[in-house]
Amino acid sequence: MQNMIHIEGLTKAFPGAARPAVDHLSLSIPEGELCVLIGSSGCGKTTTMRMINRMIEPDSGVIEVAGRNVREQDPVALRRSIGYVIQQTGLFPHLTIADNIATVPRLLGWAEKRTQARVDELLALVGLAPEQYRQRYPRELSGGQRQRVGVARALAADPPVMLMDEPFGAIDPINRTLLQDEFLRILQQLKKTIVFVTHDIDEALKMGDRVAILRDGRILQVDTPDALLAAPANEFVASFLGSGRSLKRLALATVGAASEAVAPAAGAPSIAATSSLREALALLLETGASELAVTDVNGLATDRLRFDALRALASASHTALEQ
Amino acid sequence: MNIFSQAWALLMADPARVGNALWTHILLSACALLIGALVAVPLGVRLALSKRSALLAINIANTGRTLPSLAVLALAMPLLGTGFLPSLVALSLLALPPILLNTYTGVRGVDAEVIDAARGMGMREAQITRRVRLPLAQPTIFSGLRIAAAQVISGATLAAYIGGGGLGEFITSGVAMMAVPQLLLGAIPATLLALGVDALFGRLQKFMTPKGLA
Amino acid sequence: MKWLMNNWDQVIKALGEHIFVSGSALLLAFAVSLPLGIWAARSNRVMTIALGISGVLYTIPTMALLALLIPIVGLGKTNAILAMVMFSLMILIRNVATGIREVPADVVDAARGMGMNTAQVLRRIELPLAAPVIVAGLRVAAVTVISITVVAAFVNAGGLGDIIFSGMSSDHSAKIWVGALTACLLSVLVDVSLHAVENRLRKGAV
Repeated sequence: MQNMIHIEGLTKAFPGAARPAVDHLSLSIPEGELCVLIGSSGCGKTTTMRMINRMIEPDSGVIEVAGRNVREQDPVALRRSIGYVIQQTGLFPHLTIADNIATVPRLLGWAEKRTQARVDELLALVGLAPEQYRQRYPRELSGGQRQRVGVARALAADPPVMLMDEPFGAIDPINRTLLQDEFLRILQQLKKTIVFVTHDIDEALKMGDRVAILRDGRILQVDTPDALLAAPANEFVASFLGSGRSLKRLALATVGAASEAVAPAAGAPSIAATSSLREALALLLETGASELAVTDVNGLATDRLRFDALRALASASHTALEQ
Repeated sequence: MNIFSQAWALLMADPARVGNALWTHILLSACALLIGALVAVPLGVRLALSKRSALLAINIANTGRTLPSLAVLALAMPLLGTGFLPSLVALSLLALPPILLNTYTGVRGVDAEVIDAARGMGMREAQITRRVRLPLAQPTIFSGLRIAAAQVISGATLAAYIGGGGLGEFITSGVAMMAVPQLLLGAIPATLLALGVDALFGRLQKFMTPKGLA
Repeated sequence: MKWLMNNWDQVIKALGEHIFVSGSALLLAFAVSLPLGIWAARSNRVMTIALGISGVLYTIPTMALLALLIPIVGLGKTNAILAMVMFSLMILIRNVATGIREVPADVVDAARGMGMNTAQVLRRIELPLAAPVIVAGLRVAAVTVISITVVAAFVNAGGLGDIIFSGMSSDHSAKIWVGALTACLLSVLVDVSLHAVENRLRKGAV
């Protein structure tokens, strides 16, 4: 799998700052991956992201997108080929939703018919009925709806790469979860390489194929959520991941991963195979049972999940750093 | 006979005279406003977008706004003489500050996030100015034009003193002769003109404001 | 500027008249606008009406307004002062009302919660915090009033306009220069001073 984004030795120091904002950072992101950049304020995650589409220019280092050095491309043409979603959406208040989404296609000179068809397609994709929302204006929409439009707008010209800077950060927790789920669902239909910046560790673990933890302009560890939770590289990463790491790991896996194709004992409480292992653990603790009956989509309990199996899975690949 | 019927009689006796004065007044005001806009709007945009501090220019414009209109007009006399053209020059100068200042603040005031999104999506600077900054600054700019219009129409009445013609002539001669009806012949049309133009601008503003911003 | 040297006293007298007329007008306008502005800050209806009327007044050409007042109050300083009060009402009412409305609601709430009555809240909290905006309004009004006073010479209000008008009718350049420049200087000085006061108040409020 070719690396869609390749960053090597990236460095950026702002005048007057004590240390570089980004310090010899290297990262490779394969095609189709959603890579999360996370860290506390000032760690360099947003600066790094903004150097990919040259909104900020690095002091040194190389960034390649689809094999081409970004410094050798016209920044404007580069940006038109990369989707860009920011926290406050930045929707054009004086344009309709349809015109907002049509921005990049029009910049690229698409035929109007094709553009309009694409607008409708994208509105449907992000869950906003086209007939209802095309002619509305941003101020008529809620925060969550606006960010859906923001995502649609970024996807309009079907760019292979997307940059998202805390896209769901300004949205209330309930809608944020909905948007995260919807976005993951949308990604299943599209193949996009995404750089996703956030400061919320739970969002990072939920959304990311891999998560890069930054501090002081450097990457401390980049790995899949499960590997990060199982084996944090150092104390900072461990504390950043938060307490209850094993529970977070369990939340990432489904019951199907630990169940056995053996008929469950009579009277065992039932749980759907699509539930997370954390929910299974909660159920086991609440009922005091030692095994659960795992039901499939039709409600038939064909498999079982034993407490011992779950515990074994949770403690797999522990290192001594576990708290 | 009260003063109003007297004034009316005067009007009826020689409508062309008032008509001419009204026409000159409108012509003077419209041209001055146009010239002021043609100079101040591009300049205001340029200043708003310049990285270097536009402070000096803005301070000059602010100072310009405080100068008494009649003083500016009067100075046209020793410098340019009297007549239509010197009046036009002076009035155009009067129109500059409000338009310049409003254009500047309007363009500067556009939400930085929206500009960031536009740039990040791949718009060139000129495209950003044309498609995003100007439409969003338009209500403020238009407000400046409206203010300038009132200033200019008011100044045009004073232009009578430097031979610019216009309705001010009736007012000045009316005062000189202590003939109130004569005076009203100038004052009332001037007032109606100013109020009418302002109302027109108000209508226009509603019409022109981008729907998403209302 | 030989003329200036020889006619010092005339210029000073005109300047004095000018300041007197402008000053009285401003004070009067402020006295009227303060209560009206406070009222407008509380009542949307009053705000709309006040702004509507004074907006109209502000649009009327200066000379026309002064002329229209002649049948009512005749010539002289009264006419001029009345016109100027009418003119500056808009700015002042608007700024007093806006200034008060912009005082953070939580600050007023805290004050009430501590047991201040309406008058005390007004005097100790709202007016002090609204002061920068009010002074900004005074600044614009002052400059406007000085400008109108120049024109008001034609209704015998005296002031620097007299010198300008006299210079224009007799084609005496020196008079025009002296009159016009003095008026400009006065205007700029007042504007700059009030701007400084405004900035001082803003720093204090923050």
